[in-house]
Amino acid sequence: MIRFTSLQFRIQAAVTVGVLVLIAIVVVITGPNLVHLYDTTVANCQAHGDCSYARNAFTQSDSFLQSALGALLLVLPALVGIFWGAPLIAREFEAGTFRLVWTQGVTRSRWLAAKLGIVSLASMVVAGMVSLMVSSWFSPIDKVTKLQFTYFDERGIVAIGYALFAFAFGVAAGLLVRRTVPAMFVTLVAFIGARLAITYWVRPNLMAPVKAAMPLHIVFGTSIEQTASTGLSFFEPVNIPNAWIYSNEVVNSSGHVPTAQFLHRACHSLLAVPPSGAVQGVPKPNPNAHAAFAECFANVAAKYHQVVIYQPASRYWAFQWYETAIFFGLALTVAGFCFWWLRRRLV
Amino acid sequence: MIEFQLETESGIATYLQIVQQVHQALRLGLLEPGDQLPTAQQVVAKLAINPNTVLKAYRDLEREGLVRPRPGQGTFVIASLSRTDPATQARLLASMASWLRSARAAGLSPDDIEAIYHTAFRNYFAEGVA
Amino acid sequence: MTAVLETDGLGKQYGRKWALHHCTLAIPEGKVVGLVGPNGAGKSTLLNLAVGLLAPTLGTIKVLGGRPTDGPSQLGRIGFVAQDTPTYEGMSVAKHFRMGAWLNPRWDSELAERRIRQLGLDPRQKTGSLSGGQRAQVALVLALAKSPEILILDEPVASLDPLARREFLQMLMEVVAEHGVSVVLSSHLIADLDRVCDYLVVLVGSHVQLSGDVSALLASHCHLSGPRRDRSTLPASQEVIEESHTDKQSVYMVRTNAPILDPAWTVKPVTLEDLVLSYMRQAREADPHRRPGLGVLR
Repeated sequence: MIRFTSLQFRIQAAVTVGVLVLIAIVVVITGPNLVHLYDTTVANCQAHGDCSYARNAFTQSDSFLQSALGALLLVLPALVGIFWGAPLIAREFEAGTFRLVWTQGVTRSRWLAAKLGIVSLASMVVAGMVSLMVSSWFSPIDKVTKLQFTYFDERGIVAIGYALFAFAFGVAAGLLVRRTVPAMFVTLVAFIGARLAITYWVRPNLMAPVKAAMPLHIVFGTSIEQTASTGLSFFEPVNIPNAWIYSNEVVNSSGHVPTAQFLHRACHSLLAVPPSGAVQGVPKPNPNAHAAFAECFANVAAKYHQVVIYQPASRYWAFQWYETAIFFGLALTVAGFCFWWLRRRLV
Repeated sequence: MIEFQLETESGIATYLQIVQQVHQALRLGLLEPGDQLPTAQQVVAKLAINPNTVLKAYRDLEREGLVRPRPGQGTFVIASLSRTDPATQARLLASMASWLRSARAAGLSPDDIEAIYHTAFRNYFAEGVA
Repeated sequence: MTAVLETDGLGKQYGRKWALHHCTLAIPEGKVVGLVGPNGAGKSTLLNLAVGLLAPTLGTIKVLGGRPTDGPSQLGRIGFVAQDTPTYEGMSVAKHFRMGAWLNPRWDSELAERRIRQLGLDPRQKTGSLSGGQRAQVALVLALAKSPEILILDEPVASLDPLARREFLQMLMEVVAEHGVSVVLSSHLIADLDRVCDYLVVLVGSHVQLSGDVSALLASHCHLSGPRRDRSTLPASQEVIEESHTDKQSVYMVRTNAPILDPAWTVKPVTLEDLVLSYMRQAREADPHRRPGLGVLR
């Protein structure tokens, strides 16, 4: 049965190997360039004194490939589910060949075990290899952007779990629906639904996040802005590289954010200063504005502090393993259902 | 080797048609003692009929004493139905051919000839002379 | 007598409709069995139950003394060709045979190769590019090379042209002569069954109307024609299957084991076609809601 499954799978395997080779070629050709670019512009940007510029320029290089490769990993598990999973059994029903193969000398359980086993193995290998290639290609960029949780599902090992689940679900859909195209559609919808549900309802709750309280400091990005609708607003950025920020607030000791009136009082000197360059039409640093800003900030910092709720960077791999395990568990459940359903129809 | 033909519309059972065709062949000298009949497998591969039909026909022929099966080899003819020797057959065939020639020369169509033949045949045998 | 196919009160229900009901049969071995009936009568259902592609709702079915659920060795004893002879269209004939060799306990690859050569087919050809007749013959060879004890064929020639039909039956009969396999063949073409079958099962409206050895059935049925009389005047030993009357004449088809002694009757034998059609008409009259539909193709 293993040999027969491989025989039936030969065309899909060939196409997949072709695609993998293509991706490998792209990665092998363009990857080293990226590393070289990093080494020459970002690695010694301190010496040149233009780090923020160098970083920005670097992270925007090869933007087409960035989108393409990122999207590839996002889309790959769905493709596995749709093109490997859904047709596996549905095709046999549509062509009537189940009447041929189920009357040969194999039980249906053994038939399903071989098909599920071999193709799911292939799915995991493909997902793993593409993950590896894409993650390694992105590693210089990720070193600069430090947004590992933002691109969580486009790196690491989760794609293996996604692919396995999509495949198993596709097989089950094909088994129940018995028509390839509707099964493909059902698989796509269910896969997207599961991914969204786990990303937004399960992942954030897998581990209790860390809550940190810090005093306010003027840093790059601290801003006090005047908007037409709400008056003044105060913003303090957070800089915990590679962490997953759940929330970032400026609150006082009783947990309240600064009210509009408070800011109005604390920063009234800032309100008197015209916006830089607005009078003369040319942006120019205004020495009065700087002092007013510092005074306003000091007033806010006296009563308020910054509270950040986040997952620390060190937990990244724990999250990867948990989520992969969840999708593995879902895949096994679905596969078990397929075996049960197939036997039920016999007895 | 003799090849059987089947007439599905004749109303005569298939196995009987086979028996009759063997009788016919024996009479005409197309089958002689020692000749092998086609195996059931060969017959059904041509005619697409049930092999048991062929076997039933051969069993009937065996009961009539005309054929005998040799295990592992096939079914063989052991007797003959030919009552006339080849020389007499040839003589009668020749005189028949000459009669046909004069009938055609007289302007008779094949249907006329057949009608005359059937009348003569019936008249002769109805008189109980045979 | 060992039965190759035995059913006891077999029934299969879909929703509220019974595709097969109260089916009790005991088919002896060594026969070529014709399973005949109109479309939708339950022939496919019966055959699919025999090979375990369907599970019974009621009753039991046994093939060669075993149940379909007994495991792979049971399936290896049965050669099955499904309706419309499904094959993997993108796979070559040779690859199908490799499948057979891998998936079956007993595989005769020499027989498979020999028969394909006999058919004049190139084993490297994909089955999707074969004609319907050729595909049917490949499917038959696939079933034969398993060295089965019984062949179950679900309308294998229904969609074939007359020549392809004839060639299929030629090969089938040759195989029966050579190996002595039992065959159960379903069809709605009576002329074909007339040539090859020595056992008959008539299935109409999900019920078995008639079953038995063909020669016994033909011997026990006859046509009676004579001056008009009512069926109640017939003796009890003569079971009336069908009757038709004009104002002066009556024609009956009866089933009886006793000789017909009444001199008023003209007795004529029945053909297989007469028999099947009569039983079908009788079944339809008993249930007027059933779909008619029998093809008599020559």
